[in-house]
Amino acid sequence: MIRITLPAHLRALARIEGEVSVEVEGEATQRSVLNAIEARYPELRGTIRDQATQQRRPFVRFFACEEDLSHESPDTPLPELVAKGVEPLWVVGAIAGG
Amino acid sequence: MGGVRVLVGTKKGAFILKSDGRRRDWEIEGPHFGGWEIYHVKGSPADLNRIYASQSSGWFGQVIQISNDGGKSWQPGGNQFAYDGQTGTHQWYDGTPHPWEFKRVWHLEPSLTDPDTVYAGVEDAALFRSKDGGKSWHELPGLRRHGSGAQWQPGAGGMCLHTILVDPGNPQRIFVAISSAGAFRTDDGGVTWKAINQGLRSEYIPDPNAEVGHCVHRIAMHRARPQVLYMQKHWDVMRSDNAGDSWREVSGNLPTDFGFPIDVHAHEPETIYVVPIKSDSEHFPPEGKLRVYRSRTGGDEWEPLTDGLPQKDCYVNVLRDAMAVDSLDSCGIYFGTTGGQVYASADAGDHWAPIARDLPAVLSVEVQTLP
Repeated sequence: MIRITLPAHLRALARIEGEVSVEVEGEATQRSVLNAIEARYPELRGTIRDQATQQRRPFVRFFACEEDLSHESPDTPLPELVAKGVEPLWVVGAIAGG
Repeated sequence: MGGVRVLVGTKKGAFILKSDGRRRDWEIEGPHFGGWEIYHVKGSPADLNRIYASQSSGWFGQVIQISNDGGKSWQPGGNQFAYDGQTGTHQWYDGTPHPWEFKRVWHLEPSLTDPDTVYAGVEDAALFRSKDGGKSWHELPGLRRHGSGAQWQPGAGGMCLHTILVDPGNPQRIFVAISSAGAFRTDDGGVTWKAINQGLRSEYIPDPNAEVGHCVHRIAMHRARPQVLYMQKHWDVMRSDNAGDSWREVSGNLPTDFGFPIDVHAHEPETIYVVPIKSDSEHFPPEGKLRVYRSRTGGDEWEPLTDGLPQKDCYVNVLRDAMAVDSLDSCGIYFGTTGGQVYASADAGDHWAPIARDLPAVLSVEVQTLP
């Protein structure tokens, strides 16, 4: 199980309380995890990554194990602790504005 | 006696204001979708329980929300707005070619007859339609492929398609307006489009009489007379008596002819309303006095409506989609401000009162008249 923590606005949109846990097929990567999230919560399509290009939205970041994974390839394996469900993958709305 | 439901989109959520036909006492519901920008909320004329909302955020993009119970509960709809085929380019602010990029839905216009059909005006300017109640969206690409498309350029607020008017007697005829390209009309349901800007004169573009490039802020019509259109342009209030084929200025004695919204009395096709704003950089009422101006002659002759509106130290703006009318016997007029007030008049503008005072900045106001 992969644990994901979503930003409050997306939890409200998808009516999620607390963390999300998903199973992924094959290796745990940003892409496979987001595929699993979007399959379970179709209303989140387009809110984390572009639906056509699948690129991360500019003000969304991916953190895990105290590292910023936002600029990793979507197909790079996630850290082992995330893959094993020990640590969550954080989807974060970037601080933007003043 | 009936009642009204006022649908308010703000910078930080949607609100629904309800009253009976007297329109004295108001109940405020919300915020719905708190924290998100709600550019527009509009109900279907064919089903008062069906309401569409455009919810967007710089972080999380575009969401469409749909209610089937008059705004009590909402379900997300489809949010994929994919331009049809090759997107091509329009002009960027510096005059260079720039590819069309979807940013948000500015305006939702439900069909007059089918609750499941709704049009969406988007930035970068294009017209989309859903025929399945907002689940999926398809572009009507003929507009973007109008021969002038490569010359369109964004205004300060972006290159948005903000006005959609469907002819009540002929749904094949649709009018749209784009900042800052101008007004366009289709007579074949959106397949082909004609620029309808003859008579507009804009000193802020190289050719003031150009076919496109005019910063149209809002167009309004009375459903009984769809060939008559009223326009609030960047500067100038305009009127067309031939479905936009030509326009003439009707600013008359307005204190300033800059502004954003324009609307028409529900029962008097020659009675129209604007909110004059001082200038294109000073987006507040002249002299700090918030005044709605009413013309009972379809323009040219205007009277200020001030009773109940702040007449001192008022420096708010009223945005293009933030005025609406109800269709009760005594026509109600409503508008919202960037200061978070929503004002209402139950007597066609003679007297006003705030029905909400401290909302987030108001982006849009629509009204549903209830049986």
